[in-house]
Amino acid sequence: MKPFTYERATSTAQAAARAASVPGAKFVAGGTNLLDLMKIEIETPAHLIDVNGLDLAKIEPTPDGGLRVGALVRNTDLAADARVRRDYPVLARALLAGASPQLRNRATTAGNLLQRTRCPYFYDPDQPCNKREPGSGCAALAGYRRMHAIVGTSDACIAAHPSDMAVAMRVLDAQVETIRADGTTRSLPLADLHRLPGSTPHLETTLDAGELVTAVVLPPPPGGVHVYRKVRDRASYAFALVSVALVRQADGSGRVALGGVAPKPWRSEEAERALASDPQAVVDGLLKDARTSPDNAFKLTLARRTLDAAIADARSSR
Amino acid sequence: MKFDTPATKNPIDRLAVVGQPVDRIDGPLKTTGTARYAYEHHDAVAHPAYGYVVGAGIAKGTIRSMDLADAKASPGVLAIVTADNAGPLGKGDKNTALLLGGPKIEHYHQAIALVVAESFEQARSAARRIHVDYAREPGAFDLARARDSAVKPGTGKPDSAVGDFDGAFAAAAVKLDATYTTPDQSHAMMEPHASTALWDGDKLVIWTSNQMVAWGVADVAKTLGIPKEKVHLMSPFIGGGFGGKLFVRADAILAALGARAAKRPVKVALPRPLMFNNTTHRPATIQRIRLGATREGKLTAIAHESWSGDLPGGKPETAVDQTRLLYAGANRMTALRLAELDLAEANAMRAPGEAPGLMALEIAIDEMAQKLGIDPIQFRIANDTQVDPEHPERPFSKRRLIDCLNVGAEKFGWKARNPRPASTRDGRWLAGLGVAAAFRNNLVTKSGARVRLGKDGIVTVETDMTDIGTGSYTIIAQTAAEMMGVPLHRVVVRLGDSDYPVSSGSGGQWGGNSSTAGVYAACTKLREAVVAKLGLAGEAEFVDGRVRAGGRDVALADAAKGGELVAEDAMEYGDLAERYQQSTFGAHFVEVRVDAATGETRVKRMLAVCAAGRILNPKTARSQVIGAMTMGVGAALSEHLVVDRNAGFFVNHDLAGYEVPVHADIPHLDVVFLDETDPMSSPMKAKGIAELGICGVAAAVANAIHHATGIRVRDYPITLDKLLDRLPPSTDA
Repeated sequence: MKPFTYERATSTAQAAARAASVPGAKFVAGGTNLLDLMKIEIETPAHLIDVNGLDLAKIEPTPDGGLRVGALVRNTDLAADARVRRDYPVLARALLAGASPQLRNRATTAGNLLQRTRCPYFYDPDQPCNKREPGSGCAALAGYRRMHAIVGTSDACIAAHPSDMAVAMRVLDAQVETIRADGTTRSLPLADLHRLPGSTPHLETTLDAGELVTAVVLPPPPGGVHVYRKVRDRASYAFALVSVALVRQADGSGRVALGGVAPKPWRSEEAERALASDPQAVVDGLLKDARTSPDNAFKLTLARRTLDAAIADARSSR
Repeated sequence: MKFDTPATKNPIDRLAVVGQPVDRIDGPLKTTGTARYAYEHHDAVAHPAYGYVVGAGIAKGTIRSMDLADAKASPGVLAIVTADNAGPLGKGDKNTALLLGGPKIEHYHQAIALVVAESFEQARSAARRIHVDYAREPGAFDLARARDSAVKPGTGKPDSAVGDFDGAFAAAAVKLDATYTTPDQSHAMMEPHASTALWDGDKLVIWTSNQMVAWGVADVAKTLGIPKEKVHLMSPFIGGGFGGKLFVRADAILAALGARAAKRPVKVALPRPLMFNNTTHRPATIQRIRLGATREGKLTAIAHESWSGDLPGGKPETAVDQTRLLYAGANRMTALRLAELDLAEANAMRAPGEAPGLMALEIAIDEMAQKLGIDPIQFRIANDTQVDPEHPERPFSKRRLIDCLNVGAEKFGWKARNPRPASTRDGRWLAGLGVAAAFRNNLVTKSGARVRLGKDGIVTVETDMTDIGTGSYTIIAQTAAEMMGVPLHRVVVRLGDSDYPVSSGSGGQWGGNSSTAGVYAACTKLREAVVAKLGLAGEAEFVDGRVRAGGRDVALADAAKGGELVAEDAMEYGDLAERYQQSTFGAHFVEVRVDAATGETRVKRMLAVCAAGRILNPKTARSQVIGAMTMGVGAALSEHLVVDRNAGFFVNHDLAGYEVPVHADIPHLDVVFLDETDPMSSPMKAKGIAELGICGVAAAVANAIHHATGIRVRDYPITLDKLLDRLPPSTDA
């Protein structure tokens, strides 16, 4: 681990300002991902700004009937919140499908969104990785890519985003609230938070230098039946091969987002218009530009079949 | 003491303590964190320095140069050990690759340096500042591609043949010719390889996590070029081994070298991401099985060929061994072939040979039963043999495979199974039941012990036997308690120290029976000493802390009034194992659910029925078997060291990527031990059990998946992608 300096943030504005002005600064909250990466020097922040003391751990109703989830709300608490369980069950289920109880007790809402990929080559400093070391190459492209993304990838990076929570938030049209280094705030759709890798896979979000996520806002409950179906090799504590977040209305219409297939939660509002009439057309639309290898081509079939299964689940639970 | 005639009635048969399901005597030490593991000897080593191992970043080639300047200048660094400065090093008899590589690199993550620093964090940080310039060379990493270059290995018995296989197979009414693959697997034990070393003059004192203390002493001495007498090796507690700690590994050698260089005690633990490529693994196999049978279901021809790979000088995975013994059949052949691969060293992992061999054979048997339209249990029963099929004059000492199958079938509800595959639906799930035979040879080996009777009547056992979580402490205490007629709490057991008599060690499921037999020998000698000391005559009985003989009844402790009595002996073996084939048997039953839409397989319940001689402690034995069954589920469904065939290494080298079963994967497990003694094995009449538990499990899972889905997968692990295209349409799900 590289030596680093440390401070406790006193306010969101101060934290953002410091993060922008201190070279090599990073925020730390739950630390479940960052600290692991620091130990093996894949992350080497020169300065850590601990935001755990900030007043960002509340879940509050919004005036229009939605919920504002503070950036520091722990995954366990979010999954257990009665309003989330009642009005946004797809989110509660996605949270509980992720990680382990111990990790969920520490992991925060913002940290979950900003966690880094689990590509094994990213974690192995003896292998080239454009995300870890821009320009070094991508070992996964010619290597083992069963767990990797099949859409939204580039010749520089095929890493998948590992979050379950983010997939559910995407299907719920969540907004991300932030504060910038100059003290101004903004709200952006979660859809716009993560970048596709293109030629710069080390740049993973659209956040500015120092910009701090303060909350995720869920719009008013979408109704319908919620399903989160995560498919994986073992029953718990594994990343998704494919996951489907589905909010299905009584008339068969609804929303679909996929996890495990892309560098970000994967949804197409255009494609999902076909949900009631032709669910497979939704998957066709979502995966139309898929680039697969022999070891992950199964995800095309698996995504189709998992959506079918999720729809069947939704039907039977009405 | 020599065991060369079948055991008759002896003091163990009382079963007052032996055979009882007592709690493990080391349990409180472990649950309170006071059992000291190799990295935790803070009592003896107050201020150790910390060593961090640097692994090679290439699979094959040479180190052109190594720049240590940045690392040396890092805070807290005390020494850096490399092949350049370590002095001449030998290679252990049990090692294939060098434990400290350079300039030649034999495999990925082969250790090339140890950084020693004041703190672990400093050592780790400095290790990242060693800059290595490599000259890469192409290597062979793909077993399938290397298969044609595989050769007949020069050691062991690679080929066997009886009768006329080719003729009988050609003439067989029903034939099966199928090829199966098993992947590379990792032991992935909880405690990493770890050692603490200090030099006392020219004498090395080392605590290391190692299953075989005497082998360890020999190979540490040989590698370092010092006499064996100058090595004091201790391994009192081991957090899992599974064969991965049979041999001295880099942590031990580098801790010793680091301590010498830093002139300080040094401790080294392998970081988890290094374990998968730095240490040994169970190698992948390609197995071709051909079976010929009559229409009535008698096997007439059996052939099993296996290909595996290893570094130059390595050994094959003996995946055909069980096929020479498990089923009758007049015409048979087996063959092992070995390819050179530049992956990390292949070696033993829980039930080497049988575990991967039965993964293939027991699917083949299921396939053949299906072809014949015979129930797979009945097919196995019909082809049972009570003699070594290659040497019919040589019977099995005890063989109750049929009982295991029948008892299991009854208990598991096999009769209710609809034999037609893909016939049973349970909501969104396809349901299936599978069975497989379990078979593992019983190995016995010389094992010694020293037993002391103290003035206070406490019996103390000393042997270099190890307890790798198996329960050795407990069954050794039970044996001594039974032999000396004292309650369990009057026995102290000291293990894992090279100052103690050499034991069998732990491996190959030989340790339980062999080490307790060694304690039996030493206790027999101590009993004689007690009788002599007390001046007793005639047959003595040791019960309730008393010795009774010739009408006298004396307290056992009285024998040590004038001073401690000490006896040492070892159990050695005659030719009973040659005259009688000694093996352990079982039957595994598995019920699975396969998601009709996604192909996810989840195990619903499992049963193992085992016939493995006397069960010395049903509680610790059950723990072994359910642990092995869990490992078998991993082998069936998820465990797979994935080879990057370009870069030449196991990619998923941590516990996130190498998926062993988690609690949610393991449902209800049941174990039945048939009541059995085997007088041919030892005076304990016990056999091994810890590896039998994994043998056949994966095939039982595979057969259950076939029964659930109608899909036959011959390539492990059976992940959902191998089922997906052949499942029913998902719109029916």
